[in-house]
Amino acid sequence: MLEKSAEQQAFADDPRLKLVERAMKRLQYQPDALIEVLHTAQEAYGYLSRELLAHVAARLRLPESQVFGVATFYHFFTLRPKGEHSCIVCTGTACYVKGAGEIVRQLEQTCGIHAGQTTPDGKLSLGTARCLGNCSLAPMMTLDNTVHGPETPGGALEKLQRLLEVSDEQS
Amino acid sequence: MNRAELAELAEVVATRRQERRLRLLVCCGSPCMAAGAEAVVAVLQDKLGAVGNPAELELAKTGCQGPCSRGPLLTVQRSGKPDRIYQKTTPALALAILEAELQQTLLPDEDCLPVDYPFFARQTRLVLANSGRIDPESIEQYIGYGGYDALAQVLHDMSPDEACDSVVTSGLRGRGGGGYPTGLKWQLVRKGSGDKKYLVANGDEGDPGAYMDRSLMESDPHRILEGMAIAGYAIGAEQGYIYVRGEYPIAAQRLQKAIRDAERTGVLGSRVLDSNFSFRIDIRIGAGAFVCGEETALLASIMGRRGQPRPRPPYPAQAGLWGCPTLINNVETFANIPAIFSIGPPAFSAIGNGKSRGTKVFALCGEVVNNGLIEVPMGMTLREIVFEIGGGLANGAAFKAAQTGGPSGGCIPAEKLDTPVDYENLQALGSIMGSGGLIVMGEQSCMVDVARFFMEFCLDESCGKCVPCRTGTVEIFRLLSRICNGSAVPRDLDNLERLCRMVKDTSLCGLGAAAPNPVLSTLRWFRHEYEAHILERRCPADVCSMNVLPLHLLADRLLHRITAGRQDGEGF
Repeated sequence: MLEKSAEQQAFADDPRLKLVERAMKRLQYQPDALIEVLHTAQEAYGYLSRELLAHVAARLRLPESQVFGVATFYHFFTLRPKGEHSCIVCTGTACYVKGAGEIVRQLEQTCGIHAGQTTPDGKLSLGTARCLGNCSLAPMMTLDNTVHGPETPGGALEKLQRLLEVSDEQS
Repeated sequence: MNRAELAELAEVVATRRQERRLRLLVCCGSPCMAAGAEAVVAVLQDKLGAVGNPAELELAKTGCQGPCSRGPLLTVQRSGKPDRIYQKTTPALALAILEAELQQTLLPDEDCLPVDYPFFARQTRLVLANSGRIDPESIEQYIGYGGYDALAQVLHDMSPDEACDSVVTSGLRGRGGGGYPTGLKWQLVRKGSGDKKYLVANGDEGDPGAYMDRSLMESDPHRILEGMAIAGYAIGAEQGYIYVRGEYPIAAQRLQKAIRDAERTGVLGSRVLDSNFSFRIDIRIGAGAFVCGEETALLASIMGRRGQPRPRPPYPAQAGLWGCPTLINNVETFANIPAIFSIGPPAFSAIGNGKSRGTKVFALCGEVVNNGLIEVPMGMTLREIVFEIGGGLANGAAFKAAQTGGPSGGCIPAEKLDTPVDYENLQALGSIMGSGGLIVMGEQSCMVDVARFFMEFCLDESCGKCVPCRTGTVEIFRLLSRICNGSAVPRDLDNLERLCRMVKDTSLCGLGAAAPNPVLSTLRWFRHEYEAHILERRCPADVCSMNVLPLHLLADRLLHRITAGRQDGEGF
């Protein structure tokens, strides 16, 4: 047997991997439970690395291509690390009709990234969602899972900047 | 627990509830939470703690109470007096209400909605009967309002065939959008071959601008479980799944707790209510794919695969999960089931219009005064919904269109406001009932832009399996974008219509087949807006920028510049 490289060792020793292993064991390593396993993995790691996907594939006795296919099919799974904070602007119909587009444009311009991207310093992920089901608050957005709305472009920007400032002060 | 014990518990809980002098129900749906419901709860809890938590006073955190844009909502129930509903409740107001009651003085009137407020008075609440009245995390409170009684009745007094027949008699049709008669579907699955059958509740509410299912799952999870258990008994399934949208973590948590509580109480699990029927329910969390609302895609997703649809037949009723007969209904359809058995199929069938029986829950949103969740009898006119329940448009703006059915539906113009809202009438107008999103648009919305918005949604959500949907939606989106930026030529309008028809006729599943609906319906009712964009290069609602020139105008302008330059004696 070949010696494990330092990287492989670090991957195997990661406590987050234990959570994923436990989930797979609970689901009896059934290939049908792939989506549940990926949910657990993403919750533990924040994103799904290629290495992790390969590991899950081997454990569930699935082709790597199928695991990769499922992970890329669903919007919920991300293959890149997310920023420390998240700002998601809802662009569902009610929010769109009430001007969510302008909020997205304003935030994109100020943050210098497009929706769906993360700032180079890894502080913020900016995203849009198809509908977060809070249509009576339209246009609405979430900052680190807290719901805010109804928003204006200016107000949204102010709230986002406050969030980032607070986190700067803490660090 | 058996049937007698269930009835006894219901009685105990109901009596305890009626004996309370004061019940304070704070809406803890997410819109109210965002508006500050938590602070209201905290201040009331402190005050109750300070006076020693007297038993005759109760504070409960409920699910959605309805008029979400007026949150945080507080319902005050006093024994022997009509309920009072306060809007935009501040902690100070909540405290004033509690103190007034403690000192036996009159309750404050400010921010109290009138008793006959049309928003409440015009609704018929069957599915939402408990929403906003009970703590969704308490199975006792659900039982106290007659919960699981319908299940007990079906298990002890009816054969599975009789249960199916009752649903047929009720005239209930699928609430997820298709409108297929629910009872017939149950009978099909019941007759399906094989001993193992499955049942799936579709809670993957993907339509943008719709949140009925989220609200139902969060506000009254036991009602869905009860409906599923009755269906399980009727079709002969012992295992059910609820597929919850990944964006709804609170709904998943509450359902999980509800399932645990129900199993512990003996109304789910093995030998339900001491009968020979066993039924288990598991939750599956969606991972964000609109196409999973399509039934065959949903099944693929439950089995851990990419959510891509497959051709039918075989229908899921014949070969669904792992090849077994599978019943798929929307969570709202299941939530109707307990109501059918508690009021009786004939009474249920007496509500409604034409072939659409019962009630429908709508998420009323957009430019309307009372945003929120409503339940109305089928056949109420759109005008009543928008102007009486909804209170008209904000700032007195003019009504332009109502959008129903999300990206698979269409826009209904002002001249059709008197249409009764039911499956057939909406279809005749080129829209669909859909899952129940109802978005009201005023004059500042551009219909071409709205059609483009939905097409962008569909092209993004197309799973890519069949060509008409995968490339057709992209081409339609390009054409619409050209109309919106001013570079379209008259021929584009014909191409657009032809392409829409083709995508509609040739797509594999409902997503593609319904994707052109928003375009076709706006073309039908708002063609003049398309023509203004193309022929006059003008957006009537002033939404589109129209800053790109069509090729023939570009050529004209270039020629003009060249000739002008020549006259100046310039070379080029």
